[in-house]
Amino acid sequence: MILDDKRVRIITGHYGSGKTEFAVNYVNRLRDCKEGKVAIADLDIVNVYFRSREKKAEMEAKGIQVIASNIEGAGADIPAVSGAMTMPVTNKEYQYVIDLGGNDVGTLVLGRIKPLLDTTETDFFMVVNAYRPDTSTPEGVIAQMEQLEYGAGLKVTGFINNTNLVRETTANCLVHGDEVLREVTKRTGVPVKYVAYVEELLTEAVPEGLAGQLFPMKFYMRKAWM
Amino acid sequence: MAKVLMKGNEAVGKAAIEAGCRYFFGYPITPQSEVPEYLSNELPKVGGTFVQAESEVAAINMVYGAAAAGARVLTSSSSPGIALKQEGLGYIANASLPAVIINMMRGGPGLGTIQPGQADYNMAVKGGSNGDYHTVVLAPASVQEAVNMVMEAFDIADMYGTPVVILADGLIGQMMEPVEFNYVRREGIPEKTWALTGKGDGERHNIKNLVIDPDDCEAWNHEHFETYEKIVANEQDWEEYLLDDAEYAFVSYGTASRVVRTAIGYLREAGFKVGMLRPKTLWPFPQKAFDKWDGKLKKYMDVEMSMGQMMPDVAYACNDKNKVEFYGRTGGNVPSVDEIVEFGKKVMGGDK
Repeated sequence: MILDDKRVRIITGHYGSGKTEFAVNYVNRLRDCKEGKVAIADLDIVNVYFRSREKKAEMEAKGIQVIASNIEGAGADIPAVSGAMTMPVTNKEYQYVIDLGGNDVGTLVLGRIKPLLDTTETDFFMVVNAYRPDTSTPEGVIAQMEQLEYGAGLKVTGFINNTNLVRETTANCLVHGDEVLREVTKRTGVPVKYVAYVEELLTEAVPEGLAGQLFPMKFYMRKAWM
Repeated sequence: MAKVLMKGNEAVGKAAIEAGCRYFFGYPITPQSEVPEYLSNELPKVGGTFVQAESEVAAINMVYGAAAAGARVLTSSSSPGIALKQEGLGYIANASLPAVIINMMRGGPGLGTIQPGQADYNMAVKGGSNGDYHTVVLAPASVQEAVNMVMEAFDIADMYGTPVVILADGLIGQMMEPVEFNYVRREGIPEKTWALTGKGDGERHNIKNLVIDPDDCEAWNHEHFETYEKIVANEQDWEEYLLDDAEYAFVSYGTASRVVRTAIGYLREAGFKVGMLRPKTLWPFPQKAFDKWDGKLKKYMDVEMSMGQMMPDVAYACNDKNKVEFYGRTGGNVPSVDEIVEFGKKVMGGDK
């Protein structure tokens, strides 16, 4: 259950795994089921398109505080993040979701909040799409995981099975991701926390017995014609 | 090969490798920097060479050199970077050398924005360098199509001895889509008997650009245009979307055509007989498609992410500028589905 996750949830993963779509869905779900202060930080310094800050107005209207770059506008190609990113780390009234940029490069930003971070109240979730060439095997996932852990100085606390082929997604995609991640769990002990899928894409029933809790999503970032 | 999920910029890099390209020379620029990033990792693994040049001008001249030596060679950039490459591109065209140039267009002019655009149509299709020349220009509308076109581009380049431009935009470069790679080399690609590979005991080869005598230079131009005639005859390509019963047709390419396709769904629901003629080659422009459909169509609705650079080509192709209406966004903005539905209704006569 989303409320059982730690107060600070850092969403990481190999570049192109669907972190932002998951993070934006997650924070909206969190807002729906939690009173009080909820914030999301877009710390993506890797991508220049499809960043969660593009949805700032919509999320703020729902009462989600959005922390991104203090340089406004979609056109900034500058690795700048806002100093406000530290506030929900120390202010324990906040439920906090941090959307990191991809790969170990993306984790570098964490250096700024690392000294303030209480690891006992932090989840470090790794989003995995087993159709991304670099995370298509257990070995690939573990190699990426080790790079992310090294970059962040944090241990991954759970996987998100977000295995999909966008508009060509079938139930089999989730099963394929499940097979890869089960093997990773066996070798590393890190569990699969959620199985994420975009509801409108899946015409079949979600298979039973997948590791992790089902996490149906909708497209926030991808437009109808994409 | 099974499908994988790749970002457009990575996928075009892999497509080049699959097509036998082993040389990349380029310089990073948003929104295409993942092309050189990907190839810097992947080319050494297959015995290839990646060079991050000191500038775009240097990179295109390295392409010129590698092409002269008979290699399959690639460079990529985005709008302002492609502008810098124009001189070298003209030299490559004049020397009748094969090369592939990817442009992930962004908003312009000048430095513009880093968001997607289509305002380099004129630069690519009309020629941004000096002199009488053409480059083949392919315009993909999805990551899979970009992959297929990159592979095809190497074959076309080798077939005719010409640079081929992949004219995509930042969205195609940045978007994730499922792709597969199935390269089948075209039949009839000539041997590169002219390549500068070291004389040894063989004949002397010479690749040059300067022709002192005007008559010689004119004759050389005519030779180029004999090749261009063959390309115009053989290489026009386009998609016909819901044209069979259509009274009106959108004309749109690349990312803009994706939004148009969705808008057509809404317009059809509202009772409009409308389809799309989507050029996949911008040069040669698909004249044959217009010849085929023109008699049945009342109007062409040109939608672009520019101020209407393709419009004169549509007007020329249908031979009636009064039949062409235009809607566009520019500077890095993508038109919305609603905007295109509105535009369509206005042209086709309001609500049904």
